[in-house]
Amino acid sequence: MQRYSILSLARHALSGHRGWQPAWREATPKRRYSVIIIGGGGHGLATAYYLASVHGIRDVAVLEKGWIGGGNTGRNTTIVRSNYLWDASAALYEKSLQLWEGLSQDLNYNVMYSQRGVLNLGHTLQDMRDIRRRVNANRLNGIDGEVLDTDGVKRLVPFINTSPEARYPVLGASWQPRAGIARHDAVAWGYARAADALGVDIIENCEVTGIRRENGQVVGVETSRGAIEADRVGAVVSGHAGVLAEMAGFRLPIESHPLQALVSEPLKPILNTVVMSNAVHVYVSQSDKGELVIGAGIDAYTGYGNRGSFQTIEHFLSALIELYPIFSRLRMLRHWGGIVDTAPDASPIIGRTPVEGLFFNVGWGTGGFKATPGSGWVFAHTLATGEPHEINAPFSLERFHSGALVDEHGAAAVAH
Amino acid sequence: MLMIHCPWCGPRDESEFSYGGEADIQRPADPEAVSDAEWADYVFMRSNPRGWHCEQWVHVHGCRRWFKAERHTVSYEIRATWPMDQEKP
Repeated sequence: MQRYSILSLARHALSGHRGWQPAWREATPKRRYSVIIIGGGGHGLATAYYLASVHGIRDVAVLEKGWIGGGNTGRNTTIVRSNYLWDASAALYEKSLQLWEGLSQDLNYNVMYSQRGVLNLGHTLQDMRDIRRRVNANRLNGIDGEVLDTDGVKRLVPFINTSPEARYPVLGASWQPRAGIARHDAVAWGYARAADALGVDIIENCEVTGIRRENGQVVGVETSRGAIEADRVGAVVSGHAGVLAEMAGFRLPIESHPLQALVSEPLKPILNTVVMSNAVHVYVSQSDKGELVIGAGIDAYTGYGNRGSFQTIEHFLSALIELYPIFSRLRMLRHWGGIVDTAPDASPIIGRTPVEGLFFNVGWGTGGFKATPGSGWVFAHTLATGEPHEINAPFSLERFHSGALVDEHGAAAVAH
Repeated sequence: MLMIHCPWCGPRDESEFSYGGEADIQRPADPEAVSDAEWADYVFMRSNPRGWHCEQWVHVHGCRRWFKAERHTVSYEIRATWPMDQEKP
């Protein structure tokens, strides 16, 4: 692997930047692997990387039906935070955030993780009580957090509308300074390059069409490029978890919904943090290119169409204008929809399935991007040992039988 | 935005409706008799198909009545709507 550094940049500049190598090999599928990972998004590639780097399992293939990072990894609003209420979620997302903090060095790839902080606004007395409870829970779990009042919010975002006359006045916020945003494509590319360097085969344009089983044990997969055998298979897919479960003969408590987001025309630097509001339901940050990245909630109906309904956009843009009148004449540049797999308790499913040797890491709903490193880290442990790590043990599929849900939906008092 | 044909009010904008999820999920007749897995299947598991999907809607800002619809989850086309107590046309 060519290492990236200021020296390599200077050296390649002298030769007109013609000597750079592709970041990963174009692998052709072998007949057999120890571990197959279905899905070449951030989570799948992170899983492959930690399998190779932490557990020394390098006979691994990542199968991607399209191109690397072409799914939800490239369709999100890139917010990273760990201020979740429940202990189980806090452990998972905080593990992830700690990996984010060293990720660029670890991968030798600049993922542009910018710890610019995240504000979660409160608009009612109950919002503020929930925020206090959540920040206290965070601090008990060793996660940074502060409760800000209206003036505190105004100091960070001077142009936010804090008028008491507003329909949803800003009474305060939770503030997590270590949270921030990252460059989504770079996360996929960085993990792909680092995994490839350790011997992982990254196979693009290879769609899984069936799960091969013998006596309740997985033995491989059928793909658009032929059958591939494997001892263990990990499905790390988004948008199609239910389709894959059906191939393997079981059902999931997951429904797929469109989630829409928007990017505005580029502006000069104006917003140097991330602001989320669950009550009026909009979240916004400014990318390094100057565009505002704006997101909100899912469309109510299920769908795989990579688009949603216009009234959903209208809803979150009216919330945006209410909070930031200064943005009212902003033009929107791009709009897209991703397909998010949501579980009833808004928490992911990471662990064993009814099929021996087949493991699922799915159902990240609307908040998977932030968890990319941690998700890969715990899932690599699960695939390597056959057992969940203590961090992902509460996120088993069996929780829907036992009733021990990790109900983050309303509890986090924040959009996912 | 979807155009949804309410069986009573005719074609209306999606914003008048609320979504009610998958249709035809049967509550076990004797909940005491089923296993945890069967109960979980009823409460949580969903078919979530990529294709035609029978689902429930309510005309919440209209006649406030529930009905069923068959909608394609990729094209979002709705090819039939019918009242809850009737068979699919």
